[in-house]
Amino acid sequence: MNKSKEKYFHVRDLAKIYKMGEVEVHALRGVDMELYAGELVVLLGPSGSGKSTLLNIMGGLDTATSGFVSYRGKDLTKANEKELTEYRRIHVGFVFQFYNLISSLTARENVAVVTEIAGNPMAPEDALALVGLTNRLDHFPAQLSGGEQQRVAIARAISKNPSVLLCDEPTGALDSQTGIVVLKALERINHELGTATAIITHNVDIAGMADRVIHLSNGKIVEATVNKVKKSAGDLQW
Amino acid sequence: MKGQVFAITLVVMSGVATFIMFATTMNSLSFTRNKFYRDYNFADVFVNLKRAPEGLKDKIKNINGVNQLETRVSVYAKLDIKGFSESVTGKIISIPDDGTPLLNRLYIRKGRLPDPAKDNEVVINETFAQAHNFKLGDQFAAVINGKWKNLTITGIALSPEFVLLMKPWAMSPDFKRYGALWMSRKAVSKAYDMDGAFNDVVLTLYPDAQLADVLRDIDNILGNYGGYGAYARKDQISHRLLSEEFKQLQMSSKIYPIIFICVAAFLINVVMSRTINTQREQIATLKAFGYRNLDVGLHYTKLVVLIITAGLLSGIAAGIWFGKMLGGIYMEVYRFPYFFYKVYPGVIVTAVLISIASALAGTMHTLWRAAKQPPAEAMRPEPPARYRVSLIEKTGINRWLTQPSRIILRNIERKPIRTFLSVIGIAAACATMLSSGFFKDAISFMVRVQYVLSQKEDMTLSFEEPTSRRAIYEIRELEGVRYAETYRTVPVKFKFGQRSYKTVINGIEPDSRLHILLDKNLKNITIPPSGILITDHLGEYLGVKAGDLLTVEVLEGSKAIRQIPVVALAKQYLGVMGYMNLDALNRLMNEGEAISGAYLVTDSNYQSQLFQKFINMPQVSGTVVRNNEIRNFYDVQAKGMLFFTFIATILASSIAFGVVYNSARISLSERSRELSSLRVLGYTRGEIAYILLGELGLIILIAIPLGFIIGYGLCAYVAHVTASDLFRVPLVIELHTYAQAAVVVLISALISGMIVRYKLDHLDLVEVLKTRE
Repeated sequence: MNKSKEKYFHVRDLAKIYKMGEVEVHALRGVDMELYAGELVVLLGPSGSGKSTLLNIMGGLDTATSGFVSYRGKDLTKANEKELTEYRRIHVGFVFQFYNLISSLTARENVAVVTEIAGNPMAPEDALALVGLTNRLDHFPAQLSGGEQQRVAIARAISKNPSVLLCDEPTGALDSQTGIVVLKALERINHELGTATAIITHNVDIAGMADRVIHLSNGKIVEATVNKVKKSAGDLQW
Repeated sequence: MKGQVFAITLVVMSGVATFIMFATTMNSLSFTRNKFYRDYNFADVFVNLKRAPEGLKDKIKNINGVNQLETRVSVYAKLDIKGFSESVTGKIISIPDDGTPLLNRLYIRKGRLPDPAKDNEVVINETFAQAHNFKLGDQFAAVINGKWKNLTITGIALSPEFVLLMKPWAMSPDFKRYGALWMSRKAVSKAYDMDGAFNDVVLTLYPDAQLADVLRDIDNILGNYGGYGAYARKDQISHRLLSEEFKQLQMSSKIYPIIFICVAAFLINVVMSRTINTQREQIATLKAFGYRNLDVGLHYTKLVVLIITAGLLSGIAAGIWFGKMLGGIYMEVYRFPYFFYKVYPGVIVTAVLISIASALAGTMHTLWRAAKQPPAEAMRPEPPARYRVSLIEKTGINRWLTQPSRIILRNIERKPIRTFLSVIGIAAACATMLSSGFFKDAISFMVRVQYVLSQKEDMTLSFEEPTSRRAIYEIRELEGVRYAETYRTVPVKFKFGQRSYKTVINGIEPDSRLHILLDKNLKNITIPPSGILITDHLGEYLGVKAGDLLTVEVLEGSKAIRQIPVVALAKQYLGVMGYMNLDALNRLMNEGEAISGAYLVTDSNYQSQLFQKFINMPQVSGTVVRNNEIRNFYDVQAKGMLFFTFIATILASSIAFGVVYNSARISLSERSRELSSLRVLGYTRGEIAYILLGELGLIILIAIPLGFIIGYGLCAYVAHVTASDLFRVPLVIELHTYAQAAVVVLISALISGMIVRYKLDHLDLVEVLKTRE
């Protein structure tokens, strides 16, 4: 753990229970975790392990049943809907599994849709340059490949200069070659901009590029390991 | 989907209800009228004349085609009602001394027919009785041929002749100031020295009679007895006005339902397209398992049938309810002894058929597309939607547009047909609302033109017979009369080419201050010393324009026939007639300086006194007060207009709500993923509401002015179709009517927008992270 760096997220005894009709689903069962500035953390676990739920709560998309989550000292568990929206608007960049681009906007406009409402954004063109899409600025999502769409999504996420980048299965809909291109982009952003990055995946190989790997199973953290030697995204294979 | 189904059901219900309301009201009034006419032997032909010997009766009876005939004595009398100081006129019609009229029989609501042995008994019509709260045995005074007589009410009745009782040349019925009275032939004949004579004939014809021949033959027999010409039932004023009303009901029963059914077809199409699109994989799976195209088609047809059935059943119930209410409103003005509310099976069948037609129109293409797609193709995900920079953005305004605004514009352009039909649907709602307010505006304008710009007298005095012009000096001397002008009215027949028309010529004093003629721009026309002006509508009918020579056949007195140059056409919304300089008219009549009455400006403090004076003047037949005419007109129209405004508001609101809600709901369902993504990215609820509802707002902004244009066109059509020689509706729509139409649409849209906004505020953001487009 990077104790010298600022602690961005502080998660204590976090629990989340969903009601599915008569059945109660314990998605999280008392999770303790920290995320530090500049870190790249991979949340690894099988389907249903609670990694998405944890990410959603950290990202202000969902609320905890019990426990505590703070972002840079601000208690997220007590924040109302307006405060959470503001939090996401300024501090958090999201990357989704299925890109979630706006199909009626070009690549540049998809990034601008975020920079327009951000406090201190970079230019959309610069964000797209960071992900290597300078020559695809005016293409619509329907005209881009899956990897290109995901890179637009990453550019969109980082264009507001967020402190935190949360990625939910960013390579889940891509083949390995394209996935590596995307991971390279994430790696570059984490390295050059110093954005704290959390990546959810069920792909063990991807864990090799992280500073830390947090293993989740059945709603609990079962293991947290530190990669003494990080692999670069380009060296990953699956 | 229940919200959308509800919205469509509402529109179908409104369309069906409108159709049923108008159609059943028309059928019911028509059935009631026909039954009344049949049961009470309403005449086919009518004649009014000065006086003819009873001996001519057989000659008329022998005319080929005449079935039954009855001679009568009918006169106008001034009435004096206790507690009512204003001028009241009664039309007295004789009934045979053996009691029962053969034709135009009376339905006795209360009491009995007058005893022929008594000369002071009278039956009065129901509206007159109700207006004055008369009961059997009550009395009132009447000036019967110059002599005061106290009349006792023995009965209250209704007659097919007076379903709508209106004074000649009046704008609307005046139940308080005009009544129909029936007295024994003996009493009336004696009072008016008409023993052995008649001045009124009514007759019925055999089914195969040639009407034109009968009328001509009657005129040939009665022409020398001061007859103004026989006329058929279709020109009898009560029947005529009722027929015009039917025409309007028929027109309404066609126009408004068409609007609704088209909107319903569009909404069903949008909903079914969306439903089938989202279920394409399931459809493909079923077809892969061996379900036939027909099975798939039938399945979705059932859904459509369900929606249509719900709308149909509720629409029929609502339509019947509204129809009964509308019938009740008509019954307050058009007096039948009974009212049979009829729902003919044909009306229900028509409602069902047009609903089915709308459903089929809305779904055929979509169902066919779904059915014909091969299963393998349908199982593949739909290709991503193709977007492009909108045309508007290409003009360069892009730099000022935020990304949300670009999303709105591009989305609108991507489905141009759907956008266009949504615009048309909302415009139709606006047009519907506009057309209901139009009548009110038109009537106000008509009153303003007729009674403010054109006729400025407080009171119109009429004489029993044309009188020497010197009579005006006596009138001017009366206390309370500030100013007086004379006029003359002469019944005539105009002929031009093959066309002719019977009406009157009004002779007005030169430089008249009280009776102004207006041109089509409502500017004053000065009456020239010679020549004739005719109402513009009459000019159109005859094919006459300024400069043409019009053949004028006088129908009384000298019976002169002259060719008179038409000087101009006068703008008039009520009735059709000719106008001449009073002196020129008297020259035409070759009777010296005669007048038919006077236009008066009076001091309102002396009005009651003047009424008393006039009632005691034997040469005065009656007076008409302008303010009463106006107030009466509005009173009669008020209830009907309120009802129509209420119905139109419901209908327009249901269309606007249906179209906006449906569009918003479909949009939300198609774009919830996108909108949720924006929420995740930090957009507030208000900002994503702008994207969804902004698109609708833009559509509404375009639709409302278009609705004004369509509404204007609709009103123009209505004005054109309803134009007749009785009245023409001016195409006048006030600003506040436009505003009202827009407000109704906006409020309906706002309500549906708020409902959708609620759903938008409760989008599941977490779900979107895991779902594919």
